[in-house]
Amino acid sequence: MSRDNLQIDGNGQLRHFLSISGLSRQLLIDILDTAESFAGVTEQTVKKVPLLRGKTIVNLFFEASTRTRTTFELAAKRLSADVLNINITQSSASKGETLLDTLRNLEAMHVDMFIVRHADSGAAHFIAQNIAPHVSVINAGDGRHSHPTQAMLDMFTIRRVKGPDFGRLRVAIVGDITHSRVARSQIHALNLLNTGEVRIVAPKTLIPAHAEALGTHVFHDLREGIKDVDIIIMLRLQHERMQGALLPSEHEYFELFGLTESKLAYASPDVTVMHPGPINRGVEMDSEVADGPRSVILEQVTHGIAVRMAIMSMAMSPKEAPVN
Amino acid sequence: MSNDDKQHRIRISGGRHIDPANNTDKIQDIYVAAGKIAALGRAPDGFNVEIEIDASDQIVCPGLIDLCARLREPGQEYKATIASESLAAASGGITTLCCPPDTNPVIDTPAVTEFIRLRAAAAGKARIVTLAALTKGLGGEQLSEMAALKKAGCVGVSNATKPLLNSLIQRRALEYAATYDLTVFLYANDHWLANSGCAHEGRVATRLGLPGIPEAAETAAVARDLALIEQTGVRAHFCRLTTGRAVQMVARAQFDGAEVTADAAMPYLYLSEVDISDFDSQCHLQPPLRTVEDRQRLRDALQQGTLSALCSDHQPHEADAKLRPFPATEPGISGLDSLLPLSLQLVDEQAINMQDLLHRLTAGPAKILGLPYGTMTIGASADICIFHPGMIWQLDSSTIQSRGHNTPFMGREFKGRVTHTLLAGNLVYSLD
Repeated sequence: MSRDNLQIDGNGQLRHFLSISGLSRQLLIDILDTAESFAGVTEQTVKKVPLLRGKTIVNLFFEASTRTRTTFELAAKRLSADVLNINITQSSASKGETLLDTLRNLEAMHVDMFIVRHADSGAAHFIAQNIAPHVSVINAGDGRHSHPTQAMLDMFTIRRVKGPDFGRLRVAIVGDITHSRVARSQIHALNLLNTGEVRIVAPKTLIPAHAEALGTHVFHDLREGIKDVDIIIMLRLQHERMQGALLPSEHEYFELFGLTESKLAYASPDVTVMHPGPINRGVEMDSEVADGPRSVILEQVTHGIAVRMAIMSMAMSPKEAPVN
Repeated sequence: MSNDDKQHRIRISGGRHIDPANNTDKIQDIYVAAGKIAALGRAPDGFNVEIEIDASDQIVCPGLIDLCARLREPGQEYKATIASESLAAASGGITTLCCPPDTNPVIDTPAVTEFIRLRAAAAGKARIVTLAALTKGLGGEQLSEMAALKKAGCVGVSNATKPLLNSLIQRRALEYAATYDLTVFLYANDHWLANSGCAHEGRVATRLGLPGIPEAAETAAVARDLALIEQTGVRAHFCRLTTGRAVQMVARAQFDGAEVTADAAMPYLYLSEVDISDFDSQCHLQPPLRTVEDRQRLRDALQQGTLSALCSDHQPHEADAKLRPFPATEPGISGLDSLLPLSLQLVDEQAINMQDLLHRLTAGPAKILGLPYGTMTIGASADICIFHPGMIWQLDSSTIQSRGHNTPFMGREFKGRVTHTLLAGNLVYSLD
């Protein structure tokens, strides 16, 4: 359907980056390989390449974000693009201008790419469907649906730590799967890369209906869920989950699902611990684990820049017809 | 209808006459005079034909009765009007439309009912009947003046899609309605379980990260309402059930002798959760499209008669209403234009036979509404739909009559097209 075609142009090239589903395994590997070459750039003293010189990229954020927006901005600047940050809070959106009007106005300023974050699932698809043909859209998180650049930087991190053979890996994602766009994208990416086993671990209130249909094994006990796994991805627990009667307390959650050194003993001896950030210390995990030798949480942030450079440059690489 | 002077003596000749209320299915001529069915088969003595309608190769049936159509007037005339949607109804062979009370202002005073009646009469293309609000302003707190509203012509009472959160008020409302022999039209949806969702809580919503509405939002409400129906003895109708399990609960209640009926809306017989995979806002419905299994169980229940009516659940929108990210779009499909052709497709797919299908579109809903229409008995109002079952046409922006172009069936090729519609003996639509 158009959902799948939307992201890819007639030559199989990336046009928009909206969700992992609809992409091919080879394209994910191409992204990871390209990111690998950019990782060198970010480690040099002069951290810029001229790939997107003269291009204008707009960070269009309808939801607050620090980490994601900053790494997108850095990535764009390292590609020599001009970057505009636009934060549209709930209050200004309620002044009456529709999303479509906002887009039309920005489009009129001859923007080349939108990086979009929005609270509604499907928002990035909607924008890609309604944007001028020369503009690329990168999804920086839409509702509970998708956060594909986060998933790719996680895959990049896993490949760097564990090597390219995902088939021998067991991965456990622990936490609020129901409300997590990160988890959905990670699950799709892990499965597309033929990961040996993808597990999700949470109480039933935080597991969506038919989660097994996503290609996961569902666990409700942390020790069983992380037994012998090679990667543990902890998700951030939002404080508002207590109000919706999804959980009784952060205390009980930490007791049962919080990651501690002693619980880590159930995992594979060389287990790697990941977290998309920001961490709630003492809720999802102990500081001992977060700052410990198995944690790659800060590497994830660093990798975010190279991976986003890769995705932006691939989506903006010259297409069949010259722009303008 | 009042314009007697326009009522001609009409002969509809050579058509296949199907009248489910009378178990009729044969080729015979139909004679109309003074707005009523004058004779079947043979002309009455001295009948001089003023208008001849050649219905050869066509089906002649009672005008369709649509149990649920939003006309958007009063209150949302930027979406549609009584005039625009009456015309769409006539071109779709629909002669009676039932309008739920969630207009603006709400139908909770005789004045609003009267306003709608006058607008419908001015348009003159379809009969419009109204459901009165069950509670004032649909607020779920104070009873509406049901006796006065009944006197003003409302054919039943309903809180539309606004759920009554308080079970005691629901009980009182049903009891009060029963006092005045009013049928209560219920939309089963547990507000808390629905939890502001926008898609069926199932595989597709999980994948797309759309907030889900569980099956239990419908079944829990049906269970509560069935208990209260039994307690109060009210005559009740469940509007637009969407889950197989809720249908099963209603079938059980019917078997046990409860005076309860239910209908299905057309979109739910053709679409399912799978159709939102592309974030297609045209398939954003409330309640949500359910599973493929639910769809099959709705079709079975329609065939068996547990669901005794099939409605369009017509909800016309302006284009902007659907031009947003999926969760922010307004739910609903513009359905008047496709009600008959999609129904006929059910016959083609052998989901139901023609006689039973037309029953669900005529006599079935007439009985639920307590109206004397939906039949072609001699002496009945000459509400007649004539359609060509084999004619191929396409639903597109040039053929759609409703002002609402919001339908996932846009561009679809349909088989079966209305050629003439008569309302109380007046030719309100003819193709060409």
